[in-house]
Amino acid sequence: MSVLATASGVPFAVLPALVFTPAVGALIVAILPRRRPELLKLVAVATSAVVGAMAVWLLTAFDTGHGADLQFVSRRDWIPDLGIQWLLAVDGISLFLVVLTGVLFPIALLAVDPGHDDRAYYAWLLLLEAGVMGVFMALDLVIFFLCFEVVLVPMYFLIGRWGHGNRAYAATKFFLYTMAGSAFMLVGILALAFLHADATGGDLTFDLVALAEAQSLETTTARWVFLSFALAFAVKVPIFPLHTWLPDAHTEAPTAGSVILAGVLLKLGTYGFLRFGLYLFPEASHYFAPVFLTLGVVGIVYGAVVATMQRDLKRLVAYSSVAHLGFIVLGTFSLNTEGLEGSLLQMVNHGVSTGALFLLVGMIYERCHTRQIDKLGGLQKPAPILAAVFTVVMLSSIGLPGLNGFVGEFLILVGAFNAHRWWAVAAAGGVILAALYLLWAYQRVFHGPAEGDNASVSDLRLREGLVLAPLLVLIVGMGVYPKPVIERMEPAVDALVAHVEAHVEGFTEPTSRFGADVEAGGDHVGGSDGHSDGHGEDHGDAGEDDH
Amino acid sequence: MLDAVWLVPALPLAGFLVLTFGGRRLREPIAGWLATGCMASSFVATLGVFLALVGRPSDDRRWVTTLFEWVPAGDLRVDAGFLVDPLSVTMCLFITGVGALIHLYSIGYMHGDDGYRRFFAYLNLFAFSMLVLVLGDNLLLTFLGWEGVGACSYLLISFWFTDEANATAGKKAFVTNRIGDWGFMVAIFLTFFTFGSIAYVDVLDTTAAGTVATSTATVIAVMLFVGAIGKSAQFPLYLWLPDAMAGPTPVSALIHAATMVTSGIYLLTRVNPIIADAADWVPTLIAWTGAGTALFAATIAVAQRDIKKVLAYSTISQLGYMFLAVGCGAYVAAVFHMVTHAFFKALLFLGSGSVIHGMNGDQDMAHYGGLRRFMPVTAGTFVVGWLAIAGVPPFAGFWSKDEILAFAWNESPLLWAVGLVTAVLTAFYMTRQVVLTFFGRGRFADPRPAEVEAAWEARLAEVDATVEAAKQTVAAETDNGQPAEGLEAAEQALAAARAEQATLRAAADVRPEPSGFALEAAPDVGPVADALPDEVAVRAEHHPHESPRSMTLPLVVLAALSVVGGLVQLPFSSTTKRLEHWLEPTLFHNEVHLTIGAGTLWILAVVAVLGGVVGIGVAVAAYAARRVDHRLFEQPVLADAWRLDRAVSRFMGGPGRAGFEAVARFDEAVVDGAVDGVATLVRKEAGLLRRFHNGLVRTYAVGIGVGAVGLVAWFLSRSSF
Repeated sequence: MSVLATASGVPFAVLPALVFTPAVGALIVAILPRRRPELLKLVAVATSAVVGAMAVWLLTAFDTGHGADLQFVSRRDWIPDLGIQWLLAVDGISLFLVVLTGVLFPIALLAVDPGHDDRAYYAWLLLLEAGVMGVFMALDLVIFFLCFEVVLVPMYFLIGRWGHGNRAYAATKFFLYTMAGSAFMLVGILALAFLHADATGGDLTFDLVALAEAQSLETTTARWVFLSFALAFAVKVPIFPLHTWLPDAHTEAPTAGSVILAGVLLKLGTYGFLRFGLYLFPEASHYFAPVFLTLGVVGIVYGAVVATMQRDLKRLVAYSSVAHLGFIVLGTFSLNTEGLEGSLLQMVNHGVSTGALFLLVGMIYERCHTRQIDKLGGLQKPAPILAAVFTVVMLSSIGLPGLNGFVGEFLILVGAFNAHRWWAVAAAGGVILAALYLLWAYQRVFHGPAEGDNASVSDLRLREGLVLAPLLVLIVGMGVYPKPVIERMEPAVDALVAHVEAHVEGFTEPTSRFGADVEAGGDHVGGSDGHSDGHGEDHGDAGEDDH
Repeated sequence: MLDAVWLVPALPLAGFLVLTFGGRRLREPIAGWLATGCMASSFVATLGVFLALVGRPSDDRRWVTTLFEWVPAGDLRVDAGFLVDPLSVTMCLFITGVGALIHLYSIGYMHGDDGYRRFFAYLNLFAFSMLVLVLGDNLLLTFLGWEGVGACSYLLISFWFTDEANATAGKKAFVTNRIGDWGFMVAIFLTFFTFGSIAYVDVLDTTAAGTVATSTATVIAVMLFVGAIGKSAQFPLYLWLPDAMAGPTPVSALIHAATMVTSGIYLLTRVNPIIADAADWVPTLIAWTGAGTALFAATIAVAQRDIKKVLAYSTISQLGYMFLAVGCGAYVAAVFHMVTHAFFKALLFLGSGSVIHGMNGDQDMAHYGGLRRFMPVTAGTFVVGWLAIAGVPPFAGFWSKDEILAFAWNESPLLWAVGLVTAVLTAFYMTRQVVLTFFGRGRFADPRPAEVEAAWEARLAEVDATVEAAKQTVAAETDNGQPAEGLEAAEQALAAARAEQATLRAAADVRPEPSGFALEAAPDVGPVADALPDEVAVRAEHHPHESPRSMTLPLVVLAALSVVGGLVQLPFSSTTKRLEHWLEPTLFHNEVHLTIGAGTLWILAVVAVLGGVVGIGVAVAAYAARRVDHRLFEQPVLADAWRLDRAVSRFMGGPGRAGFEAVARFDEAVVDGAVDGVATLVRKEAGLLRRFHNGLVRTYAVGIGVGAVGLVAWFLSRSSF
């Protein structure tokens, strides 16, 4: 990761474009006439579609032959006095989150109309997209923090102005809760930069790679600074017991807001752990891993149990996120390749599946004007296609093999098992609960006789089908053939794992595997293989020499 | 030809895709024929693969083909690939063969159903998943099929979803299976951890070389066993299978009798080297779970009235035999019984479906009787299935069950005894079913107990009303005070009405309790015959009818297979044990060899046959000859499945649900309450900042926005852009 190389053949500064296009789009929307909602929508959707296209192009242009290198680097000195740089880049860790953002925004924009104040709505959403793109690509801590915070503002207004009944409370809670968390991170960032400057005697820098590779903090200090970052990320994920802003925010947000919240914004925390937590503080991450593993497992089971008893369909989906993110935390703190890759995959999968679930719940709400599960029922009869789509998305969320959710979940559990088997055994039990709450909800919403107005709801419309189609393609595609995704992630993940191993004394991927139990032929005891020095030059081969 | 193995699962998959996306023109019956065609082609493809495999020398009958890399992550490399060997091909043969017959049958059975196309799409998807399950060359691909068949099972059980009970049954099946799946997953993790691979070839060869620690093999074997008892409905995870009968009957035949529920036995057979390396108590556990479940389920089957419930418990029981065989190291016998069971149980289920079809959806055997006159083909083939499952030589079931019992004796006479008692019960409940359904007095036109009861209520109310009316006439005549004849006539009428009321009440008091089965004669409805609802007369008019040819043809084929199925493995000499030779390469010499002599074997076989005869005889005595009161066997506790299902449901609905509810309330009150508490506290205490805490976080938002813009402006002013 330390080697900065710009992929050749990039015709334009694509990463800045990913940030500035939506920002400019927001500006354009803001000066368009207020009374032309269709024009506003056209501009907004077109802008996000351009961003989406660029993101997908990024996927194809991403050079798989470059190992763990950062690609498409855009670097300018910004405030040399303070060592702040304009530094954007992507690697296998951020690539798919950028693409996910690019894909989800046009879908969310296209799917639902705000109903009122269209101009502000579209402007906020586009600004949100700019902020999120910035978070996933920024490798300077100050820029990262700015984007991380800026994201709150549009989301706050989206929930507060276009949300449902209890929106004011939910928006306030969301805002205060997450801001309180990130306040600690700001302190942490400053402490890290100044201590680093002191220790090295060099200039102040906020360059992630420089800070991470130097590892100049003392162990105890590093642990404290890690905790300040971790608190901000833990609220954002959210990790149990800091999760209660999530059901309120997700439930009260307008459909597009819920889709973006669940699909993209929750990944800010999990991405933060991977990109900043593990990379900047490998020793502290390892030291505190048992805490996070435990909280992850608690989240899996607890989120599922609470989800089971929800009466509001949207709230149920919101709590299912708590469980799914528990899996991601579990994989992250397994600190091995399988676990980290599973987590990354699951971030994308959760974005796709839960995004689709929120869209579907929105469509049900539009038809029945309620989200109360006991007032719904029998919808499969009048709306069979809607029910079929819901079934596929539900099965993906349950983790059915062949669909996307399984691959991530399985890799996470394999990683967790190799590192800490009892946590994995317990977490695998959460798989039972996932089936319980979703199938039960499905039964109460779609099965049984349809009564009253429920008997005459309309089936999926063409526009709705078109909005859901790309998500369904991803659900099946990433379940059947996840290799292209994993392949692009692997070098960066390997490098990160090697980095953690290099900086934690006596820690390698679990040693008992491949042969401790097999008495003969166990010639490769010790799982850490191709990781050389954490400098990520040639990690493409990692893991393959075991076969 | 081996290269074409991908066609075997691909054809049903193609059928599914075409049916799903093919548009509205794919209506009945094209959809059905299309799905059936895909299955039949898949069977042909399997035959080709089978012949190609037979053409190879027996030590070269393992062939792996890789389609693509599925999950290559870190050290884990999972391919989507197929393992073609005698075991997987045997499974494929009966899955596609029996599957095609059941598809054909469904064309008639599902005639006129709203979800015709959806049904066949699901059926094809199921077949695809099932074939992936058995062909997968690694544990994870098997797991994909495993979960896939589970999902299809869910979709098909709740196929008629407007009925809440069907929806519940589907959900119950899926969730219960997931408990087993948990074990399967843990087994996969540990396998990968131990071997660094989850491909069968790697894992099994390494294990067969005897290089795996016993403790590891034990845990893997036990976890796979947990998975197996979920899918194959063994105690205590059998609870979902009886409820699964809510699905259409072809589904019960295909998924819940012939194929899916045998995957547990397939899995354990596949990993036989791991079981061989595990601690000794593991096979014992498997054997006793199987034997116990076999006996347990058979006792329940004895007292069921629903024709499909009998077969459901019978299936659980027969699967128990297969587990017993696996536990005794008799893998060949397990597969043998799996195949013969697929024939005769599919036959029995399809036969019951034909009966249900002919009886307009009625599944209560109390309403059957004498149906052989109306549906001769169904009756004839059903009788063949009955003789096969009852263990009557030379039908297929005799050979496979006899072999299992011999191995059970070899292991422990106690296991054999349990197996024998189960065999007696099997013969009993199947005879009971055949007699109640096809022989004896036709009861379909009988008034049902509820109808008789309703008629009594109606008649009693009627005479009460007559008495009341007569009383009023008397009163009116008395008030009138005019001619005496009118009063007299009225009083006579009242007296007559009272007399009739008294007679009827007396008759009502002594009216016979409605019994389950009116075997001898129609229930005596005496004085209320005229008050019976019209449905009774309607039923008498419309006789049960035989099913169309598309349904009876599969019955005939399956019946033929149930007769000759034993030929694949006859115990007489080493050359007649064809299945054993065929499967040998997949069993790594883990097949146990009998240590008992030929004489003992003969005695065991004779005892087993005698046991079957006893079972049949008792059932005939009770239900056909009526020498024994049949209610003796239909104990309420057995009819209620030992009250276990009810207890579990009550626990889930009661304390289980309350526990979940408590956690949800904890989240609301404590976890979230703390957050709100902190907010309130801050608002109260922060006097100085109160101005900003006016509930308008908007202020903060604007503050951050302004601040951010300010910062950016400041940065820009100093930047070196």
